[in-house]
Amino acid sequence: MAIQKKNGTEAEIETETGAETGAGQQARRGWMSLLARAPETLLLALWSGYGASPSFDWLRRPETGAVMVRGRMGGTGAPFNLGEMTVTRCALTLQDGTVGHGYVQGRSKARAEAAALIDALMQTGAASAVRRAILDPLAEAMATTREDRAARAAATKVDFFTLVRGEDG
Amino acid sequence: MYVAVKGGERAIENAHAWLAEERRGDTSVAELAVAQIREQLSLAVNRVMAEGSLYDPDLAALAIKQARGDLIEAIFLIRAYRTTLPRFGATNPVETGKMACDRRISATFKDAPGGQVLGPTFDYTHRLLDFKLTAEGEVPEAPTAEPRHEPTPHITEFLQGEDIIQREPESEATPGDLTRQPMSYPSGRDIRLQSLTRGDEGFVLGLAYSTQRGYARNHAFVGELRIGTVAVEMEIPELGFAIEIGEVELTECETVNQFAGSKTEPPQFTRGYGLVFGQTERKAISMALVDRALRWRELGEDDLGAAAQDEEFVLSHSDNIQATGFLEHIKLPHYVDFQSELELVRKLRREAGVEEVREAAE
Amino acid sequence: MSVSLNRAYGGGFADPAVDSARAFRAAMNVMAKPGEIRDLDSAQPPAPLSAAAGTLLLTLCDPETGVYLAGACDTPELRGWLAFHTGAPVVAAAEADFAVGTWAELMPLDPYRIGTSEYPDRSATLIVEMDALEQAGATLRGPGIKDSATLSLPDAAALAGNAMLYPLGLDFFFTCGGKVAALPRSTAISEG
Repeated sequence: MAIQKKNGTEAEIETETGAETGAGQQARRGWMSLLARAPETLLLALWSGYGASPSFDWLRRPETGAVMVRGRMGGTGAPFNLGEMTVTRCALTLQDGTVGHGYVQGRSKARAEAAALIDALMQTGAASAVRRAILDPLAEAMATTREDRAARAAATKVDFFTLVRGEDG
Repeated sequence: MYVAVKGGERAIENAHAWLAEERRGDTSVAELAVAQIREQLSLAVNRVMAEGSLYDPDLAALAIKQARGDLIEAIFLIRAYRTTLPRFGATNPVETGKMACDRRISATFKDAPGGQVLGPTFDYTHRLLDFKLTAEGEVPEAPTAEPRHEPTPHITEFLQGEDIIQREPESEATPGDLTRQPMSYPSGRDIRLQSLTRGDEGFVLGLAYSTQRGYARNHAFVGELRIGTVAVEMEIPELGFAIEIGEVELTECETVNQFAGSKTEPPQFTRGYGLVFGQTERKAISMALVDRALRWRELGEDDLGAAAQDEEFVLSHSDNIQATGFLEHIKLPHYVDFQSELELVRKLRREAGVEEVREAAE
Repeated sequence: MSVSLNRAYGGGFADPAVDSARAFRAAMNVMAKPGEIRDLDSAQPPAPLSAAAGTLLLTLCDPETGVYLAGACDTPELRGWLAFHTGAPVVAAAEADFAVGTWAELMPLDPYRIGTSEYPDRSATLIVEMDALEQAGATLRGPGIKDSATLSLPDAAALAGNAMLYPLGLDFFFTCGGKVAALPRSTAISEG
């Protein structure tokens, strides 16, 4: 972001430049999206398991609010307002000036704080360690949950062919 | 005329205390945890989220517990809570075409790509009470099969290829929000859909049923019904890009309706649309039918005078919190109002020469 | 832990709930009593915005209010600050709910929304940055004013023209450093 680059500290200029490139932004989008949907118990367990407690200053203390979720008419047409969902957000800065943002679904301030700290650390030299210790296991656990549901759904798929031939009857 | 009177504080406090006791019920029976309501009464939770217009399963479960299972009271609690939240913004429209489907059926195409996936449905149950549930017990694990990874395409896409179904005009216009601006009629389809998705399930169901029975002529097929989760994405102003801020479970229903054509439109299939928070398929189908009935004007159809075609009637009466607020307020003290009516009726009776009788109430 | 003073992220309210409630009360009071000047300085926006104008923006704006940054106010720093603290979109004068800048930068008045007869409130509020703000100059009369008040207005004739549109029209805050005054459309103006 140009804004932070112009006015930020030296450290911040480096980190934000990393996040600004297409690939960097895409990667950050990826981990922030993962953190937003992470189950609370698992995220907090992984975070405390990682064992870091970096000192930081709040830029925005955790606050819970709502966002208006939109849908599209007929699935593909003009947008309409569907209803709100709860979101908790916060922003903080590490001692080296790295800024971390936390946006998580629901009302947990602890989750938002952990997400912001992880977002900040992912922009520092600790990135690969954080990815190994937190993001990868998180992504894996969430994928397993999703696969389990999809596998159950797949088992309820109707096979008309079998029904018509009546092999079992 | 309204006149303030004081009194009853002690009675009210004691009523609240008794309410709390009654809510708990027999203390020799284990207390319900909010998580139990969230997990085991999830369809009630879904209804409270949809009509409370706030997606948060834990809050909806808490509201149900607090309301002693009165869902409209629970919806009231959620509506009151949501007014205390600052609004951070609006999301990008959810992409239901990318839904991870738990259920996906079509009544129009047997062999739809992606298949007919029943999901955890009541449809083929025998509606016989299952007394095994009165005892606690392990549930056998549901069978699994090779999961599908690719997105499931919308059924209407196939019809669209032939232009045989009305197209949804593409637009990125900012939709109206009935929680922010006062209603005015005629309203747009954006406001109608917002009103229907948070409308009372019973009311919307009744209206939808009336269209099927002939009050507004539209013969609907469920082109597609899908239930599953979609990611919710929002632009974050301070980041300058969008991230996923969560995921929600949705039920989407697209109806395909016969349409012989009108002065302005060629014969083709037309569409009704329902999209509702949670697993709420009765509501989503009802919403789609009423949405279609309300579209008579844009399709050049006749106003048949049916309730489901009357936008002002539908939108003014679909909100159960508005309705119950006005309905239930008449049980609150109206002593002065009634006193003046009493005087008036007595006066009219005197004028009509009716003999004065002693009022037992006096 | 203290709040950082990083330019885009810092300079917000130290205690958002309390600070915004106090600021809102000050804004409401000056609007209710045209000519009155009050302190309003709990935010520290990036230059060139005054503390009073910055505090007003943080108090009154959110993602649903469009803000027009006139002239020298439209800097990347200020856009970033506004985005982080309020989420308010930056828009053109004709779509603005709030506009901020010096009088010369905000001119002309024609493009701003003046409301409709059904919804006179769907109009813009202009935050005018002033070099000086004092209870001298044009004479004000109308609701919220006992007899008359005086205020150093940037252009009494143009503002009197706006008052003629009542119940439609624009409302104004005047800001200078950490001070604020206001002029609603309901105030009649005569040259002092």
